[in-house]
Amino acid sequence: MFWARHVLVERRRWLTDREFVETLAMGQMLPGPNIFNLGLMMGYRHAGLPGAFAAMAGFMGWPFLIVIGIGMLYARYEHLVLVQQALSGMSSAAVGLLITNGVKMASILPRHWRPWLFTLLAFAGVGVLRWPLIGVLGVLAPFAVAAAWKRTR
Amino acid sequence: MDRSDLMALFLHFLMLSAMAVGGTQTVMPDMHRYVVDVHQWITSRQFADAYALAQAAPGPNVMYVTLIGWQVAGWSGAIATTLALIIPSTVFTLLFARLSARNPDAPLGLALRRGLAPIAIGLTLSSAWVLVRSVNHDWHGYLLTALTVAIALRTRLNPLWLIAGGTLAGVAGLA
Repeated sequence: MFWARHVLVERRRWLTDREFVETLAMGQMLPGPNIFNLGLMMGYRHAGLPGAFAAMAGFMGWPFLIVIGIGMLYARYEHLVLVQQALSGMSSAAVGLLITNGVKMASILPRHWRPWLFTLLAFAGVGVLRWPLIGVLGVLAPFAVAAAWKRTR
Repeated sequence: MDRSDLMALFLHFLMLSAMAVGGTQTVMPDMHRYVVDVHQWITSRQFADAYALAQAAPGPNVMYVTLIGWQVAGWSGAIATTLALIIPSTVFTLLFARLSARNPDAPLGLALRRGLAPIAIGLTLSSAWVLVRSVNHDWHGYLLTALTVAIALRTRLNPLWLIAGGTLAGVAGLA
């Protein structure tokens, strides 16, 4: 995210700061990886479909091969004690970053019980009870959006 | 893994990817449920390792999805989960760009974002909950996770340093 902003706004000046935030907001509204959606939208806006596909290839090409390489190394060495220890520490830190991510997202919620109720229900259903996501989302999302729709009007 | 399993993996991830409003970390609990609990194609530990490795690797963080596919079924699995990840997102984004609904503050868009944000947060915390339980086996692990959270919330340190710190602590036998 940091690098995307740096290149698009500061180095190439393809977008202003405001356009960057707006495009990212749209990327966040659509399903899938936010930063990938941003790249696609940029590519499409500047060069149509070929631009969109160029952005996609740039995004997924090298990283795809890199993680496969990591996967090969992992399959070969995952049984070594040292590797297991390293991965275990790495995972504990990575999950800490994920918690931080969630906490930072939660800090922008309004101080009102309703959004927190939806957060709690989603967490209880999917995280604790391990119910299938499609059911939980299918029940919660319409109510959540309807409530927000009422408040924005 | 036979072809019908591969197809099932692809279709499940395709469905999840289409629901991943707010980022792919929101659908991670269901990926875990599907490949670890329901089908037992990989272990919970392998799942968590794939997630951690992809965070440390250069490239988008979502590449853990590719790595999970790789662990489940090699090349074909990696291609299946990666395609499943990008197809819905590409279709929706291009449709959206085409309709040139450029104003993100339109009332419906605003209601969608405001309404779905709390759910996305609950799902992100669910992902963390699922991973924390498969990663940490004793108080050492929980302490390391808690330390990472404390540092990440209070400083603007590049997350890669925290991952590196966690890895070193692990090598030293502290995790």
